[in-house]
Amino acid sequence: MMSLDFIWLTFLRLIAALPVTIEVWFLSILFGGFVAACVTWMRVSGILPFSLFARLFIFIFRGSPLLIQLFIIYYGLPSIPFARHSFLWPFLREPFYCAVLSLALCTAGYTSEIFRGALAAVPRGQVEAARACGMSGFLLFRRIILPIAARQALPAYSTEVISMTKATALVSLITLWDVLSVALKIRNDTLITYTPLLIAGAIYYVFNYILARVFVWLEYVVSPHLRRRVY
Amino acid sequence: MLGFGDKGWGLALIAGALMTLAVSLTGLLIGSVLGSLIAWSKLSGHKVGATIGDAYASLFRGLPELLVIYFVYFGSSALLTAVGNLVGIEGFVGVPAFAAGALGVGVISGAYQAEVYRGAYLAIAPGELEAARAVGMHRLLMFRRIIVPQVLRYAIPGLGNLWQVALKDSSLISVTGLTELMRTAQVGAGSTRQPFAFYLAGLGLYLTLTFVTDRFFEAAEKRATRGLKRMHG
Repeated sequence: MMSLDFIWLTFLRLIAALPVTIEVWFLSILFGGFVAACVTWMRVSGILPFSLFARLFIFIFRGSPLLIQLFIIYYGLPSIPFARHSFLWPFLREPFYCAVLSLALCTAGYTSEIFRGALAAVPRGQVEAARACGMSGFLLFRRIILPIAARQALPAYSTEVISMTKATALVSLITLWDVLSVALKIRNDTLITYTPLLIAGAIYYVFNYILARVFVWLEYVVSPHLRRRVY
Repeated sequence: MLGFGDKGWGLALIAGALMTLAVSLTGLLIGSVLGSLIAWSKLSGHKVGATIGDAYASLFRGLPELLVIYFVYFGSSALLTAVGNLVGIEGFVGVPAFAAGALGVGVISGAYQAEVYRGAYLAIAPGELEAARAVGMHRLLMFRRIIVPQVLRYAIPGLGNLWQVALKDSSLISVTGLTELMRTAQVGAGSTRQPFAFYLAGLGLYLTLTFVTDRFFEAAEKRATRGLKRMHG
């Protein structure tokens, strides 16, 4: 009989590993969003070298598996002397920073396309009206373009954020002790296959479920114009 | 070292890329069977069927792909071992890595394909189905002659996206030891101690695969919608 004790202990060990998963998730979304904003800006800048670079960036990071990107950064970079002598070496030595760097770059590839689509969806008339009122430059971006684009981007961005939770499971392959790698360790030690993986799956699922709820609520908050009017 | 000679890894990497293609394609096909079953259960209006379909789709879209692949691989092996012990085969019975990997990719892909097929079915003009019934087609004939060709036409763009996802997910099968592209790059990196070169070569091959197959899907879409273009243009 599979004891409840074992299930409870497994659950406690896996929950104890959740902070690592969440840290990698949060930091890579934060940096990924920043990189994505830069790449989007380059892509729509109209300056040829910039937009070519942005296209190449998006092509590479969307066209290849995250796993091989992660391995290039974690296993590949240390083997070239240049990287070992650069100022980044203290970071590239740590699996945690490699994981964040690689996940951030990968999500930036996808996110910048989401941002670009959202920018393209800002109605031309709104921008013209703002210009007619005398807004330009940063004020136009902050007051008109950003709020409309952010609202447009929200549904696709929520999908990307949720898929990032799933992507963090890959860091178990570069010796980080996240939820999945602890579950695999328990399986290895006890030879009990289903229980640890099922509990780990439940933790990921609940986390993603909460995220999805939060995004549904956010979408509701930012789109009052789509709600049915209550008199 | 990456050449095609005696000591070169070129051929091994190409073989790995072909294995990646084969396992992703098998996964996509398994996913299309699962996906159309779920889409059917959702469209049928049966409460129980729709609930099961919903549960399946939301479950496999909410779990990490790597966890699903581990679960399918370890889980099916444990199951097979248990069955083996029942019929008198002693010890561990492993499921072939190819089968487990393709099943893992397919189970994930199916959850997403269900939505693609459901959307495509709903895009068929209701008049077409009514006309088919009016001329006396029974359900299977209508399915084969009217529904499948049109669903496929509308589903091509969505399927193209999911093919790219399956191709990238297939790299995770390397954890089961199947010598596809990712695994070959790992082995090469380990035995030559040149990880950067090998992973970069692997990356290049993945980009080639996604780029070339993307062109293929574009061409298929163009061909499948040639009738529509004439109508609108």
